[in-house]
Amino acid sequence: MGRKLLLEHAHVPDIHTYEVYRRHGGYRSVEKALKTMTPDDVVEEVKKSGLRGRGGAGFPTGMKWSFLAKPEGVPRYLLCNADESEPGTFKDRYLMQHLPHLLIEGMIVSSYALGANTSYIYIRGEYTWLVFHLERAIAEAYVAGWLGKNILGTGYSLDLYVSPGAGAYICGEETALIESLEGKRGNPRIKPPFPAVKGLWQCPTVVNNVETLAAVVPIVNEGGDEYARVGIGRSTGTKLISACGNINKPGVYEIELGLPMEEFIYSDEWCGGIKGGKRLKACVPGGSSVPILPHHLVTKTANGEPRLMTYESLADGGFVSGSMLGSGGFIVYDEDQCIVRNTWNFTRFYRHESCGQCSPCREGTGWMEKVLWRLENGQGKMSDIDLLVDIAKKIEGNTICPLGDAAAWPVASAIRHFRDEFEWHVREPKLCLERNYGLAEDRMPVAEMQPA
Amino acid sequence: MLEYAIAMQTEISKEAPFRYSPEALAEVQALTKKYPEGCAKSALLRALHIAQEENGGWLSLSAMDHVAEVLGLKPIEVYEVATFYSMYNLQPVGKYVLEFCHTGPCAIEGAERLIEYAQRTLGIRTGETTPDGMFTLKEVECLGACGYAPMMQVGEFYHEHLTEEKLAQFIEDCRAGKVNKGTWKMHQ
Repeated sequence: MGRKLLLEHAHVPDIHTYEVYRRHGGYRSVEKALKTMTPDDVVEEVKKSGLRGRGGAGFPTGMKWSFLAKPEGVPRYLLCNADESEPGTFKDRYLMQHLPHLLIEGMIVSSYALGANTSYIYIRGEYTWLVFHLERAIAEAYVAGWLGKNILGTGYSLDLYVSPGAGAYICGEETALIESLEGKRGNPRIKPPFPAVKGLWQCPTVVNNVETLAAVVPIVNEGGDEYARVGIGRSTGTKLISACGNINKPGVYEIELGLPMEEFIYSDEWCGGIKGGKRLKACVPGGSSVPILPHHLVTKTANGEPRLMTYESLADGGFVSGSMLGSGGFIVYDEDQCIVRNTWNFTRFYRHESCGQCSPCREGTGWMEKVLWRLENGQGKMSDIDLLVDIAKKIEGNTICPLGDAAAWPVASAIRHFRDEFEWHVREPKLCLERNYGLAEDRMPVAEMQPA
Repeated sequence: MLEYAIAMQTEISKEAPFRYSPEALAEVQALTKKYPEGCAKSALLRALHIAQEENGGWLSLSAMDHVAEVLGLKPIEVYEVATFYSMYNLQPVGKYVLEFCHTGPCAIEGAERLIEYAQRTLGIRTGETTPDGMFTLKEVECLGACGYAPMMQVGEFYHEHLTEEKLAQFIEDCRAGKVNKGTWKMHQ
């Protein structure tokens, strides 16, 4: 049983109310930070903790905070990115549902550290009930004196608001989120200037994921060094993993970073193995955008070392034989799933969610979707497979925001690892409509590699 | 072109003019206070949600114009936002909008079969509304319920671990005027 830093009290009845949350040690970090620490002390603790962004990119939070420009007389803003829309990811929803006060507490401490006096939670519009859920919790926090003017008599004031979106994956990208919060279309901005210099209403802004901000609470309570003791190497602390797909126990789990993948998938404490006693075919460990891992690379890296749930181990082997921890959307596929169909499905998602600003992404996602649909339905040609690789390569790196990369990686990696299945769809146009390809033969991963 | 313009004009003139109810207007005006002075536009997304709710689930041209007027924006600033986000319906919809998630994790748990079942049961295709104006069928992208797949959203309620039986029950409940909140309390 690993340590739980965020979800320790998640199962206490009525923990979403202020009284119960406070009784279980809530808001201690605000007292500690506001009364005994300077804002720079808090930033220093976060730096020491080695906390990395939990939204997907894994950028060190303390470093992100230290980039914030602090010109005189210009307000600064902290935005919480609760626009969780990555297929496979539902951890932020779980956290906000059960522990809304943990997020609020983390936002108060983080806002104090950054010198922000107004902060917003940008939440995806579909989580309608969570908007009201959070607003109720915020109202409780105002009544109890944790928000508003002159908090705890320290002279620090903070207003916290919830701002819902209206259904757009792209608004999870930080500059698109800022545009959306300004009441515009969610078109990502060209960087630089970075949000840390010119963000919301052209003021210095920090955008952090829900889980990142919640993790600031145990860091301040226990100290950055103590937090850094959990985990392995540069992957410190705990991570929420939302597990789904063909497993016995889907759900949200808090793991200590460094847990072996094998244990996570097969142990009864976590996913509980593959549903129906079937065999593992593939795994997407960090939300739909990250490269897919075939079964022989899930529990072991290409060098034969055990694969761990850390930023480094999952990325081991680069894009040839590795993947990414991403947002922690853990999707497991059993032997009966069709990789071509799944890739088509994800590409349809990206075509739908592309904002249309950059042509490589706007056009490329549509073409990939059409070609994949053709392959899936037994009308494809051998050259289509290379065509897909070619399109993916031309999208990647040629767009303003990372959505283009996110659309290209699943296609490129699926073809890299499951090329035989794509070819089978071309060779057996009738059969592929009747049944799925199943498990490929076990092979040496490196010998089979295709150039990315 | 002229014919098209005339057709559009006739179409628009058939729309009922929209105005916020006094309570909704007060709510929208309170929303603008959350943002600094001169940034009232930030309230637009939520103002449109409120307008859509009051206008029977969709945004007519009249509704968008009214929102623009209330927030002091140009109508085009509202149109471009309303056409960007997937939650705004720009066509009339039924009383219940059944939004099925069809993305990856839901698809491997059988969302596609479920959508076909809904189409057969209601006798409509995705994007259409039943003739009695009760149900509209929509397919949407990931709604963050991947661990509880397959699922659909109706209004603010999530219906997770959805099966054909549960869906049939839901449709029956709607026709009988009963409220079916799905898995509303399940994860609380």
